Amino acid sequence: MSSYKIIDHEYDVVVLGAGGSGLRAAVGLSEAGLKTACISKVFPTRSHTSAAQGGISAALGNMGEDDWRWHMYDTVKGADWLGDQDCIEYLCKEAPRAVLELEKYGVPFSRTEDGKIYQRPFGGMTKNYGNETVQRTCAAADRTGHAILHTLYGQALKHNTEFFIEYFALDLLMKNGECKGLIAWNLNDGTIHRFRSHITIIATGGYGKVYYSATSAHTCTGDGNAMVLRAGLPLQDMEFVQFHPTGIYGHGTLISEGVRGEGGYLVNSKGDRFMEKYAPKAKDLASRDVVSRSIAVEINEGRGIGKDKDHVHLHLNHLDKKVIEDRLPGISEASKLFANVDVTKEPIPVVPTVHYNMGGIPTNYKAEVITMNGSTKTVPGLMAIGEAACVSVHGANRLGSNSLIDLVVFGRAAAKRASELIKPGMKHEEISQSETDKCLDRFDKLRNSKGSSPTADLRLAMQKTMQSKCAVFRTEKTLKEGVEEIRKSFYGMDDISVKDNSLIFNTDLVETLEFDNLIRQAITTMDSAYNRKESRGAHAREDFPKRDDKSFMKHTLSWCDGSKTKINYRPVNISTLTNEVQYFPPQERVY
Amino acid sequence: MVQIRLPEKSKVKKGNYYKDKTGSKNLRKVNVYRWDPSTEENPRIDTYEVDMNNCPSKVLDILNKIKNEIDPSIAYRRSCAHGVCGSCAMNMDGKNGLACTKSHSEIKGDINIYPLPHLKVLKDLIGDLSTLYKQYESVEPWLKNSKNISERENLQSKEDRAKLDGLYECIMCACCSTSCPSYWWNGEKYLGPAVLLQAYRWIIDSRDEDRKARLKKVADELKLYRCHTIMNCTNACPKGLNPAKAIASIKKMLATS
Repeated sequence: MSSYKIIDHEYDVVVLGAGGSGLRAAVGLSEAGLKTACISKVFPTRSHTSAAQGGISAALGNMGEDDWRWHMYDTVKGADWLGDQDCIEYLCKEAPRAVLELEKYGVPFSRTEDGKIYQRPFGGMTKNYGNETVQRTCAAADRTGHAILHTLYGQALKHNTEFFIEYFALDLLMKNGECKGLIAWNLNDGTIHRFRSHITIIATGGYGKVYYSATSAHTCTGDGNAMVLRAGLPLQDMEFVQFHPTGIYGHGTLISEGVRGEGGYLVNSKGDRFMEKYAPKAKDLASRDVVSRSIAVEINEGRGIGKDKDHVHLHLNHLDKKVIEDRLPGISEASKLFANVDVTKEPIPVVPTVHYNMGGIPTNYKAEVITMNGSTKTVPGLMAIGEAACVSVHGANRLGSNSLIDLVVFGRAAAKRASELIKPGMKHEEISQSETDKCLDRFDKLRNSKGSSPTADLRLAMQKTMQSKCAVFRTEKTLKEGVEEIRKSFYGMDDISVKDNSLIFNTDLVETLEFDNLIRQAITTMDSAYNRKESRGAHAREDFPKRDDKSFMKHTLSWCDGSKTKINYRPVNISTLTNEVQYFPPQERVY
Repeated sequence: MVQIRLPEKSKVKKGNYYKDKTGSKNLRKVNVYRWDPSTEENPRIDTYEVDMNNCPSKVLDILNKIKNEIDPSIAYRRSCAHGVCGSCAMNMDGKNGLACTKSHSEIKGDINIYPLPHLKVLKDLIGDLSTLYKQYESVEPWLKNSKNISERENLQSKEDRAKLDGLYECIMCACCSTSCPSYWWNGEKYLGPAVLLQAYRWIIDSRDEDRKARLKKVADELKLYRCHTIMNCTNACPKGLNPAKAIASIKKMLATS
């Protein structure tokens, strides 16, 4: 064991991640008087929440009648009945309050004529249990995530949250199945830090970078998810990966669903508005899995656009220029930069692109992490929120604008639950040195890897495998091949090469640690997908085209130890939280 | 006459030359500033021959290509790759910008890549922005409104909301502040264009009740009036914002209040 200098810290709570959910939790914890550390590998405003465009859903009813129960129904249906309805009830009921709170924090929402928060239509968001489109998605132009993230960072500063910025988290510290903190590497000076905490909240976001083409940032590597796997805990519903219908062709940059919310539409090479065929009622505003599959079918059947007939067009050139200028300025800029398209004149070339992970760390609606060991139980000291978590409110498919609301509702819930569970200044238990040693052994081994396979090559191989074997449409054959092929990238780590072994801003080593995190999630995703022999939400099996409630209305849990996984299932919660709303039984899902 | 010399350790030396190994005929030379704090060595300029046939359009794509295929030790910040997170701000071809939105086809000849000017370098292209972040904190970037107890949102007219356009979009990449000679000279005390733009964002928010105190706080010889309308900030902003105008607006409000 090589000797690293370790700096010890003690906090009531440690929040890992400083995106929308992590910051909202940190604000609540600081308000509650708990000594809180917020650790992030990037400066908070660089987090990927900044890339969220279209908006944040909440039944405020600013643009006509709305009801949180309608929002709940839409979310249950969007999730293809894999969501836990108690959690969805909590999300939708708490949503209006959470958005009003953001406004009071200072979020510069767009406004209606009478000065209220502007709301736009979004995919799958309807009135009166699926009847007609509702305007429920609160927007700050098409930069809602950016506006929320910067505002939340301001609030965290107001509450004097202690930040540890550009610290890369390595592993959780576990003791008898309880979480006691974590270990992180300070990139600024190369030191190792051990944080002891009564509660650790994981808010590390998604792992889109397991795929080759994703709207996700380079930093979306699901570090917290992988830490949970290494701690011997399972991840849930990893097979459900959302492909956003409109990523810019060839580059992957997100083009908000807000474009279709404001009246934009998709066409194929024949000039047909093909969504009318697949979703007669909702058309271009059907939920994302439906639209992405429709595009994939159009392309597969030869009606794609371009030399290789491999994309479709998104039109908004018929919209009033003023609408584009006021409500979609960001995507106009992105289209110019990455597709060289003037959206007021030409359509944007788009293709379904990996965008969001419905799966993640299983939790209850209080954000407490759960596991299954005989029966379902919580993991003391550990919470998860945001895209890293699988509450599960998004089930098999998330509705657009439900992610931002998930961040703030459950960020707030985590802070609330933590302040019930612990009191400021409680004494910390001793933890054995062996946890630290185990973590630093892995770190040191990777740091001194002298093999011949560059991290970038292994990562590329993993991404290509995921892209080709675990895509919009899946079959037994592709998944079976995928299950084997993805392990080759894992075994490749035996021969990995890290050229830089310094400790200050060693981004070669950061990317290697990130790859170590990604590959474990790639394996669990592939194996979970292989084992789910039905089609539900974003998981579309060509060989099992129907949803099978009898066999598969259950959450996948997957444990991963090296290249070995263990798959188990737990039932979907079919009761609501209160009697203010009734359970929505499964129906056929049509838009 | 005074003579100004760089300290010996700051002199930038000629570094390694990485010759193309792909056999491509379409090569560009990319010169990158390198400095490793864990060695005693001076900063250097490494030169990479990059195959442009298999390289997407932005400067960040070149850096990723160098890191993935030629030299994994090169260090730079990057995240969103489409101009919203502000991580990959650097100096390219003598101008500050975001590597992820800057097209390399706009650069003639060799491509020179340096860290943002006048920051303490932490490693290679990574600059130390901690002073700027502290200054940002000092303008108290949160809404101050004592009426914030009602069940409804604060109302704000479309016109009042429009006053935040051109301000709230700032991604804090620091391209503006690090292009400002006044900030180079007085960076510890002058708040600089990025932070003043943020200060103005809260001053002009109709929901905020603290305008007077906010104005008073920045009305300082050094914090505000070190701006000499050089306008480099506005030229540098990769988001097309106009920090110089925001600063002028603060000065005007102070002059007329």
